Amino acid sequence: MSARTAIALGCSAGGLAALQRLLPALDHRLSVPIVLCCHTGSADVSLLVELLARVSSLPVVEAAERAPADPGVIHVAPSGYHLLVEPNAHFSLSVDARVTYARPSIDVLFETAADAWQDGLVAVLMTGANSDGAHGLKAVRQAGGYAIVQDPDSAESDVMPRAGLEIAGADARLPLDQIAQRLNELCIP
Amino acid sequence: MDVEDIEIELFIRAMQRRHGYDFNDYAPASLKRRVQQLVRTHDAGTISELNRRLLHEDGFVTRVIEGLSVPVSEMFRDPPVFRTLRDKVLPVLASYPEINIWQAGCAHGQEVYSLAILLEEAGLYDRARIYATDFNDAALHVAAEGIYATRDARDWSRNYIEGGGQKSFSDYYSARYDFIKLDQRLRRNVTFFNHNLVTDDVFCEAHLILCRNVLIYFNNTLQDHTLALFRKSLVRGGFLCLGTRENIDFSPAAASFADIDAGLRIYQASATNPRPLTR
Repeated sequence: MSARTAIALGCSAGGLAALQRLLPALDHRLSVPIVLCCHTGSADVSLLVELLARVSSLPVVEAAERAPADPGVIHVAPSGYHLLVEPNAHFSLSVDARVTYARPSIDVLFETAADAWQDGLVAVLMTGANSDGAHGLKAVRQAGGYAIVQDPDSAESDVMPRAGLEIAGADARLPLDQIAQRLNELCIP
Repeated sequence: MDVEDIEIELFIRAMQRRHGYDFNDYAPASLKRRVQQLVRTHDAGTISELNRRLLHEDGFVTRVIEGLSVPVSEMFRDPPVFRTLRDKVLPVLASYPEINIWQAGCAHGQEVYSLAILLEEAGLYDRARIYATDFNDAALHVAAEGIYATRDARDWSRNYIEGGGQKSFSDYYSARYDFIKLDQRLRRNVTFFNHNLVTDDVFCEAHLILCRNVLIYFNNTLQDHTLALFRKSLVRGGFLCLGTRENIDFSPAAASFADIDAGLRIYQASATNPRPLTR
């Protein structure tokens, strides 16, 4: 199988700690766009971007409306807006109603990323205390994408990965420490 | 091609040919989500069923428009924007004998009342006129009534204070049961009416235009068209205020606006000193 072309990550409660372990293990040669939706509850996502940039060998930026999803860059959904991937792999934002109490919503990101990248997409659903992302993960699999769910037993909060497994299933159920390696394998030809 | 994408194309065509609404240049991903939401709201099963009702059922288009323009707004949203309007923009507007303000895409009107309060506290409201427009008649109706759920009032009060409000937010509404009603005196210089940014043209000479979180639903072509419309509507030196995450760097028309506060997306219309095109 040819290498996958994009990565979408979703996490909620416990997400910052999980990302601080995951991101350093991503290969600096990864040259696919990486898009992240992490519920922070904060009005300003810049702190999260800063914290993640410190531990990541890949650049971390706030996803800019209308900008292309650049390869080798980690794009973080802004606070208060849904982040969508348009069919031309550029970003758009919306202030539509919250989905499963969340805006940005992982479901919205995953569903639109699945439309944009089809079977090129790898989606990762990690720790979280709600069910956001589960339906999005299902859309990813239906489009031929590859779904990784963090092993609920290794998650700080297991509700989100369990919901993902129940509603969408997964191509891989991995403990946190093995997720980055799988992403490297899938996306580096 | 995905069947649903074909159905969306037919939806867009039905809206245009049958009802005169043009959604061709909307950002496809968010439009698709909203149409899917309409299918669920109306229990239609498929977009094709939605299309059938759109073509054959009288009045159904009104409900579709309500669903497509999900009105989301709050009082004093992004308080630093209102503080900057108060500190940097209103002192300039104060030099005009009359002040025209266009709130484009006013949704349920929360921002219109926020503006009215801002102008009132600056002592400018009596010579100001606010044109509040939307293409959703149902939203305009709600906006004109100015009645909102009490549960939002606490957040709005905090926004008002953070935005530099000088009194108590509760001075501007009366509360009854689960609702608050904004002081109708705030409406005295507001005109609410239907205007579609896609198809309708300039209607006033404005000193300030606010259009927040509307362009995010448009593709680059329509964004550029709309910015050009705003430029035509603004007096030279007039101000434009967009949503704090909106990005006009991809738009040629953006060259006729200079930054007042680029982070807060507040711009000034100018022939000179244009914004450099970054791409």
